[in-house]
Amino acid sequence: MTAPLKDRSMELQKQMIAAHYKRLEEAPNTGEPVVYTFVPGNLTELIRSFDALPLLPEINALQSGMRGKSGDYISVAEKAGHSEDVCTYVKCDIGMLKSGNISPIGTRLPKPDLLLLSYTGCYTFMKWFELLREEYHCPTVFLHIPYQGEGRIAPEHREYVVRQIRDDLIPALERITGRRYDEDRLKESLKLSASSEDDLVAVLESAKHRPSPIDAYFGAVYYVGPIFSAFRGTPEGSEYYGSLREEVEQRVALKLGPVTPEGPLDDQRYRLVVEGPPNWTSFRQFWKMFTDEQAVVVASTYTKVGGVYDDGFRHDAADPLGTMADYCGGCYTNLNLPGRIDMLVNYIRDYEADGFVINSVKSCNSFSAGQLLMLREVEKRTGLPGAFIESDLVDPRYFSAANIKNRLESYLQMLESRRSRARS
Amino acid sequence: MRVCDDLDFGIAREWLAENPGRKACGYLPVYAPKEVILASGLLPVGIHGGGDRLEIIRGDAFYQSYICHLPRSVIELAQTGRLDFLSALLFPSTCDVIRNLSGMWKVMYPDVVVRYLDLPQVTGTETGGLFWEGEMRGLLRDLGAVSGRPAGEDDIRQAIRLCNSLRSMVRELYRVRRERPWAVPTEELYSLLRAAEVVPVETFLDKARAYLAAAEEQPGARKDKSRVIVAGAFCEQPPLGLIKTIERAGCYIVDDDFLLGNRFLMSDVPTDGDPVRQLTNALLHDTVRSPVLFEASQDGKRRLMKERVEAARADGIIFAAASFCDPALLDRPMLRAGAEADAIPCIAFQFSENTGQFQQFREQAGTFADSIKLWGDNE
Ligand code: SF4
Ligand code: SF4
Repeated sequence: MTAPLKDRSMELQKQMIAAHYKRLEEAPNTGEPVVYTFVPGNLTELIRSFDALPLLPEINALQSGMRGKSGDYISVAEKAGHSEDVCTYVKCDIGMLKSGNISPIGTRLPKPDLLLLSYTGCYTFMKWFELLREEYHCPTVFLHIPYQGEGRIAPEHREYVVRQIRDDLIPALERITGRRYDEDRLKESLKLSASSEDDLVAVLESAKHRPSPIDAYFGAVYYVGPIFSAFRGTPEGSEYYGSLREEVEQRVALKLGPVTPEGPLDDQRYRLVVEGPPNWTSFRQFWKMFTDEQAVVVASTYTKVGGVYDDGFRHDAADPLGTMADYCGGCYTNLNLPGRIDMLVNYIRDYEADGFVINSVKSCNSFSAGQLLMLREVEKRTGLPGAFIESDLVDPRYFSAANIKNRLESYLQMLESRRSRARS
Repeated sequence: MRVCDDLDFGIAREWLAENPGRKACGYLPVYAPKEVILASGLLPVGIHGGGDRLEIIRGDAFYQSYICHLPRSVIELAQTGRLDFLSALLFPSTCDVIRNLSGMWKVMYPDVVVRYLDLPQVTGTETGGLFWEGEMRGLLRDLGAVSGRPAGEDDIRQAIRLCNSLRSMVRELYRVRRERPWAVPTEELYSLLRAAEVVPVETFLDKARAYLAAAEEQPGARKDKSRVIVAGAFCEQPPLGLIKTIERAGCYIVDDDFLLGNRFLMSDVPTDGDPVRQLTNALLHDTVRSPVLFEASQDGKRRLMKERVEAARADGIIFAAASFCDPALLDRPMLRAGAEADAIPCIAFQFSENTGQFQQFREQAGTFADSIKLWGDNE
């Protein structure tokens, strides 16, 4: 029973992505406007309510990484004067652009009609779109999402974002698409978002079971794909999440673990929480290091970069602009360090984890700056040791398999010996 | 010891000791509204890292090797008790490293009032203005609670006047250096302005007036050097040795980004009307262009260096960014492409605040200065 169902959600996702890239490729002919934007704070429902197509450069970069293309793109960007020291997503994107702008699945990417700079949780976004604007000479709207410096979204910050959406962004979308803002349509879409968010949370929280029916890091990056990109609030998105939830619930009922590239992981020796983005260039190899040790990830912070839903937030069709402001402000990298530490500590407790791993990526100051303190604080508050490993997102030069494997193995051995000591 | 070398912030501590009720508020680069700190009765203290005189023992345990040097030396200063005189610390939205450091401070130093300052990226008065005004009013409330002396409108006006004098003095120093760089070497100017970050404003104004008068009396001798802009070092500061090296290699530095916060607002802030509104308008409409704020104009990055070169009558640009500094390094390809399209000679290098070897910079800057002269002669 499980296999066909599993195939169905994966199959659906594949088709959705391929169809979206195809539609993007055809956009210059069909006249569908294209809006480039970022995963954290993406306003997909709003963009789509104007019949525009979202394109997310981060997704292109990570897909290029998974398909072995990012190394070349990065070197093209570095040859063009970009520093070795900066975020490799940006360089991968610039390199792809300079190499003909062919998408990771081989389709041609359209130029943007609008750069929607949703400035949520990452400084680099600002530079990224300043750089793209140099290439495309198209309008740019800056949507400034205040950081949760005090650990909450202040009412005046929410109002600031609402004003920007209402007074700057919507008029810009009206101009470039030639359509009027249609709030009813937006509300319909937000309702679909909320139901997909319910499904996603059910899927992610299924990891509280033993065995966990999902891998909440390596497996879950696929699960969040549609909702973090072009499909939140769409009928295809809803169908995908409905079907994914059904599959996962079946696995729970059958007491099965996730299906990994190495096969099913039903026998789970370690339950881990992971902080930080994955490495994409050696993604399978990285995952295998965990499955070889029968380690399953039960919760991760990375799967919250495009929205935190397990704290109860849902898009609320009754207050379309306010809910978009809340959504943007709540994305993971927009949380301050104490908030991130709390999230990890809560995950470790709620998911009954044996330990936690931080994957620190060279590219990303937004994630990485402060992670060593997070490590210490989480250790202090949970009494559990953590593992700290280092790699990069899409720069293959920074994935040292032997080092990472060694570190992970010795960490798990340490957990094992703590466990034996506790038993004796 | 010179004030700018004093890692123990002696003058600030002396100021505090003069009256037990006094308190100090630190701020990290690049821009924090000093007026708000002063109006609240606190001493503003710029925290710009530990430079090349601070041995990093604890700081490295907080940062991976691929993160710039500044935050680790700031942590080192704190962990060695050197920042224990600060009652509050402000972290402006310069980049994600400083942003995250604000949260680290909250965890590590819960007794210090920590505020993250999210500069508005939207320049409309109704939207960005309301936001920033609200942020400043919140800050006034919080810092007023720290000092126990909440600022009234007149206190803010008084602080604006003082900061206008400070900004105008900085502008004057930069003007004199631009016109007679042999009389105001950057090595001296930088030391003076670095000291300005940690002493009461009035003390700085006295010293600066005396310095200008001395420069007038002993103008030095003009030498055959190339005029350069050093761009990109707006946050982590280069060691003084690097500035000296550039000058001694045959360059006059005629414009730079060092300690950029001291001239972030480019002209005097009016003192009539609502002072918080005036400070807001100044930030929205009268700021220096830097990587900290979004460049609204489509070709603004392309034009910026040409405009700066013309204003400073410079011959070339040295792009000097701190290693791993995303803001500077991501800006650089845009700025450099614009400069090169206008045939402005450029070189680029990376430094760290604790760089100790200058040989390579000496050679690069020397060759650059020579090539500019050669080029100039051929014209
Ligand atoms: S710095 Fe981090 S969050 Fe920002 S674009 Fe790069 S990888 Fe993404
Ligand atoms: S040197 Fe650059 S990266 Fe480092 S804290 Fe300053 S602005 Fe941020």
